[in-house]
Amino acid sequence: MLVFLRRRILSSALPLLAVVLGVFFLARLTGDPANLYLPLSATPEMRAEFAARNGFDQPVAVQFLDYLSQIVRLDFGESLRTAQPAAQAVLQAFPATLQLAGATMAIAIAAAVVVGSLAAYRPNSVADRFASLLSSASASVPDFWFAIMGVLVFAVTLNWLPTSGTDGMGAWVLPIATLLIRPFGVLVQVVRGSMVSALSAPYAKVARSKGAGERRVIFVHALRNAAAPALTVAGDLTVGLVNGAVVVETIFGWPGIGKLMIDSILQRDFAVLQAAVLLTAVTIFALNILIDACYALLDARVRQGVTT
Amino acid sequence: MSETGDHPAPADTAPAAAPRPRLFALLLKDRVACLAALVLLAMSTAAVVGPFLLGDLATRQNLHSVDLPPFTLDNGWAFVLGSDSLGRSVAARLVVAARTTFAVAVPAVLVSFVVGSAWGMWAGYHRGWRESVSMRIADVVLSFPSLLLAVVVLYVFSPSIATLVLVLAIARVPVYLRTARAESAELRSRLFVDAARTFGASSGSIIRRHVAPTVMPTLITVATLDFCFVMLTESSLSFLGIGIQPPDLSWGLMVAQGRQELQTAWWIAVFPGLAIVMTTISATTLASWARLATDPAQRWRLTVPRGRVRRTARKAEEVAE
Repeated sequence: MLVFLRRRILSSALPLLAVVLGVFFLARLTGDPANLYLPLSATPEMRAEFAARNGFDQPVAVQFLDYLSQIVRLDFGESLRTAQPAAQAVLQAFPATLQLAGATMAIAIAAAVVVGSLAAYRPNSVADRFASLLSSASASVPDFWFAIMGVLVFAVTLNWLPTSGTDGMGAWVLPIATLLIRPFGVLVQVVRGSMVSALSAPYAKVARSKGAGERRVIFVHALRNAAAPALTVAGDLTVGLVNGAVVVETIFGWPGIGKLMIDSILQRDFAVLQAAVLLTAVTIFALNILIDACYALLDARVRQGVTT
Repeated sequence: MSETGDHPAPADTAPAAAPRPRLFALLLKDRVACLAALVLLAMSTAAVVGPFLLGDLATRQNLHSVDLPPFTLDNGWAFVLGSDSLGRSVAARLVVAARTTFAVAVPAVLVSFVVGSAWGMWAGYHRGWRESVSMRIADVVLSFPSLLLAVVVLYVFSPSIATLVLVLAIARVPVYLRTARAESAELRSRLFVDAARTFGASSGSIIRRHVAPTVMPTLITVATLDFCFVMLTESSLSFLGIGIQPPDLSWGLMVAQGRQELQTAWWIAVFPGLAIVMTTISATTLASWARLATDPAQRWRLTVPRGRVRRTARKAEEVAE
C-alpha cells in the first residue's frame, strides 16, 4: 500500500511541477504590470523604481529562483492590486469554492449512484431514460447558458431565487445546479455501465442464490465493484469542476477562487494568480492521491500492483 | 459527416474511399442521424455564405427598432428572432456569429486531430521511452484545467481567432494522443503488422499504410465529439470576455451581451445558446451514428428496422447467458 502510494505521489508530482513552472513563465509574459499600475505619464524613473520594488528588474531566472525559495517558506508575495499578502487573498476565497465544489460532488455522486444503479437494474425504465437524457444534455448544453437560463426563469421571471450573492440557502441552488449537470451526466453513465456488468457477474448470482435481497445485491455486492471506475472518473471531473467554477463564480458573483483567478489575470496580479493556481493544482493533486488510495482500498489487484 | 471528420480521412486511407457511397445510403436510412447531418449542413452553409448575405444587416443599427420581440413578422423577416438594444437583427447576428464559431472550432479540431493522432500512433507503435514521455506530457496537459490554460495563454497573446485555435488545439491534443496510442499499441502485435514488418516495411510506412486506416474510424468519432467540446470552450471563453472580442461575433459573446438585458429582452441571450445546443446535439448524434456505421461488427444495427434490433440484441443476450 505504501509503495503504491509513494509511486503515485512521485508520478503526480511531475504535473504539479510543470504547472508551477508554466504559470510562472506565462504570467511573466502577460505584459508589463507597470502599464497597468502607473499612470500613462509615468517617467522612466518611476517605472524603474516600480520594477525594482517588485523585483521585475531581475533576470527571469533569478525571479523564478526567488519565487521558488519563497514558496518553500510559504511566502507568496503581495497582491499588486490590494497590497494584501497573496496567500491571504487566496485562502479567503478558497473556502467558498471548496464548499461549492464539495456540495456539488457529494450531490452528484449520491444521485449518480442511485439513478445509475436503478437504470442498470431496469434497462429502458424511466430511470434509465432519465439518466441517458440528462447525460446527453450535460454534454451539449453550455454551462454559462444553463446558468443564465436559470437566472431568467427562477430569478427574473418567478423571483424565487436571488440572481447572485451567497446569502441564504436560495443563493446556493442555481450555482450548484449549474455545476452539477456535467459531473452527474458523466458519472451516471459510468455507474450504469459498470453496474450492468457487475449485476450479471457470477458473484451477484451467488449472492442472489444465497437469498440476499435485491437491495443488498445492488448496493453491497455490485456497487463495491462498480465503484472503482466511477472513482477514477470522479478524479477527472474535479479538474473539469475548476473550469465550471470559473464560469459559475463569475456569473453568480460567488467570491471563490475561480473569480479571483479571472480577476487577477485581468488585473495582471501575478502573485495572486500564481498562489491561486498553485493552490488549485495542489488540491487537485491531493485529491487524486486520495482517490487512488480509495481505489486501492476497494481493489486488491491495484494495491499489489498487479496489472490486468 | 461534419467537415471536421471529412478532410483527413481520404488523404492517407485508400480503403476509406470505397465504402463511402454505402455509408451515405446508410445515413439516408437513419432518420435521426440524417436530421442531425442536415442541421450541421445548414449551420455550416450559414457559416460560409451567411456573412456575405447578411453581414450588413447584422451590423446595421436602427434606433427605431430597438428590442423588438421575436416570433412575429410585423417588422419584416429580418426581425423574426427579435432585435437587440441597438436595433440590430438577432437572426442576422446569429448567422454571422456562426462563421466565427466554426472558424475557431473546425481548425482547432483539425490541428489537434492531425497532431494528436500522428503523435499517438508514433508513440504507441514504438512503445518504450517515446510512449512514456508522450503519455506524461498528455497527463500534464490534461491535469491542468483547460479553461485556466486558455485564460493564461490568451492573456499572453491578445485574444484573436488564431490564438484561440492554438490554445484549444493544445488543450485537446492529449485526447487524440491517448486514443491513438492505445489503439496502435494494441495493433502493433497483430499479424498483419507483423507481416508488413517481415516484408521489410519501414515503421513510418507501417504506421501510414496499416495502423492509420484501422485507427481512423475511432479517431473520427472522437473528433466529432471533440468538436462539441471545443465549441463549448470557445463560447465559454468568449462569454467570459477573453475569447472572441467585439466587434467580432460569436455565439458565446452574444449570450454575454444578452445577459445585460435579461430583464427586458430575454431573446438576445436565449437564441445563441439554443444555436449552440442544436449544433452540439447534432454533432453528438452524428458521432454515435458514425461509430456504429464505421464498425463492421455493429453496422448491421443500422440496416434492420428498429424493433428487430432490440429483439435480435435480446436474443443475443439470452444466448450469451
